[in-house]
Amino acid sequence: MIRSLPNSKFYTITFNTFIIIYFVFLFAPLLITCILAFNNSMIPSLPWKGFTLDWFFGDGSGGGPTGFFHDRFNMRAFGVSFRLAIAVSLMSTAMGTCAAFLFEQENFPLKNLMYLLMIAPIVIPGVILGISILSFTTTVATFFQNHFGIRLDAIRPGFWLVAFGQFSFISTYVAMVVSARLKKFDRTLEDAAYNLGANRFQVIWYITLKYLRPSIIGGLALSFLLSFENFNTTLFLVGADVPLPVALFNRVRDGSTPVINAISFLLIFVTSICAMVNLMLSRKKTED
Amino acid sequence: MMTKSKKLGWGFFIFFIPVFLWLLLLIVLPHIELLRMSFTRAAYLKQPGLTLSNYFEFFKEPIYWNTFLRTAMYSITVTIIVLIIGLPVAFYITKIASLKTRGFLTILILIPFWVSELIRVYGWMIILRESGIINHFMTKFGIWKQPIEMLYNDAAMIMGLVYTSVLFMIVPIIGVMDSLDNSYIEAAYDLGAKKWVIWRHIIIPHCMPGIISGCIIVFMMVLGSYLTPNLMGGKNSLWFTQQIYNQFILYFNWNMGAAFGFLLLLMSSIIIWIALKLSGQNLKEVVK
Repeated sequence: MIRSLPNSKFYTITFNTFIIIYFVFLFAPLLITCILAFNNSMIPSLPWKGFTLDWFFGDGSGGGPTGFFHDRFNMRAFGVSFRLAIAVSLMSTAMGTCAAFLFEQENFPLKNLMYLLMIAPIVIPGVILGISILSFTTTVATFFQNHFGIRLDAIRPGFWLVAFGQFSFISTYVAMVVSARLKKFDRTLEDAAYNLGANRFQVIWYITLKYLRPSIIGGLALSFLLSFENFNTTLFLVGADVPLPVALFNRVRDGSTPVINAISFLLIFVTSICAMVNLMLSRKKTED
Repeated sequence: MMTKSKKLGWGFFIFFIPVFLWLLLLIVLPHIELLRMSFTRAAYLKQPGLTLSNYFEFFKEPIYWNTFLRTAMYSITVTIIVLIIGLPVAFYITKIASLKTRGFLTILILIPFWVSELIRVYGWMIILRESGIINHFMTKFGIWKQPIEMLYNDAAMIMGLVYTSVLFMIVPIIGVMDSLDNSYIEAAYDLGAKKWVIWRHIIIPHCMPGIISGCIIVFMMVLGSYLTPNLMGGKNSLWFTQQIYNQFILYFNWNMGAAFGFLLLLMSSIIIWIALKLSGQNLKEVVK
């Protein structure tokens, strides 16, 4: 039944087989995507026609394929996603940390209601978040345009609207991560600092934020990844600057070349490293 | 503690104001605007005032409410399948795997989920489609005479949805299963209980909070997913989020789209509310 009890051979073998099948199921699509990024073929499939790096570095000369690094459309989308992820992770980490302080350390009327509102984005589908923010900002922008003749381009579909849309729910995740660590903070340390004459700002800056640093770094990494790969909310808010997931979606749907595998390989590689680092950090954190 | 209440003043507002603005401007007002929009007619009709016509339209047109019901039924089906797969995996990791492999397996199940949903779905597409990997081997070894299209049907779509959401069932269950003392299982075993009796009377009741959290999160993810049904489902297997997208982006009928969005939000809230009532939990515990 469990590891401390004697198990029949049949039970052990069946269970192990099940777990192996599960892990094959889990990794097959990722492995195959990565392998086919190096196949010298015009379609992302077998048979194997030899190893090539053309889908990364090819410049399209001599009828060869155009690799990702020379693909202006995808490189541009990658740039948009990257700038977006930087902006969103900075904004949401700041806001998430604020929210963690507010809900962990302060008491005020209607705190519970506000807390429920803050965690709501976790259960609101991204699509709904996207259309509601789109409706609201459009109404506001139109109102200002018609009544005051002011053009509010920042809240028309485009880079910043996507950023606000992602920020609206990613902040919640950061708040959860930071709160989890702030809960364990020993507040007598703050009292000690107050007794030594520190003010609230100094206490937060020199003591609490220092203590929170691992979770703030974790929050930054998490929000960067969430922003980089968000699709559902982004879809409704994009303007002329198309981020990578939306750009890739159109390519995937309309048939694809292994250039998508090459991009996937790079993303899988980078996110796996980020995930590893993050997991190690969190492991160290729990050991503290 | 005197010091703290004295210092509350400006420190409190530094945290409160940004969080309040975030929740007001990006969560509360957009949803109110969405609700208002769903009760008004399209602007070009020039008929001000409230109306229920958007909702009537939904019930009049079978394709709309059929998609709605289909989406709900499939989301429930996927949640059940994910639970059936997730329970034994979580059990294996917490109770059967040796303590050494445990940490490794936990990292292993997490990694694929750091990779963007689009890439994971793309991986399945190149495995399943007519020119895909499975068809390549099946025709090569002569098992199938002709390639079979395995993508673009409901089964492929359900598998894709299970794949993208299974982790969100496993993680909460591992959390609660960890706290189950092995000696209960050992005691029951020594007293001669059969495996299914142990599952039914010890493991499942103990893991109920994790199971409910997992079910709610998975259900919401599947209900609100856009990529997987769109890329893996067939041409006539519409998901409700696609109907919302069509109304907003293709037909530019935002009022109808808003009504659809609200119906989706309403249905998901009701189902979650029922699940919470049945299990006697509250939302705060579920999302932690």
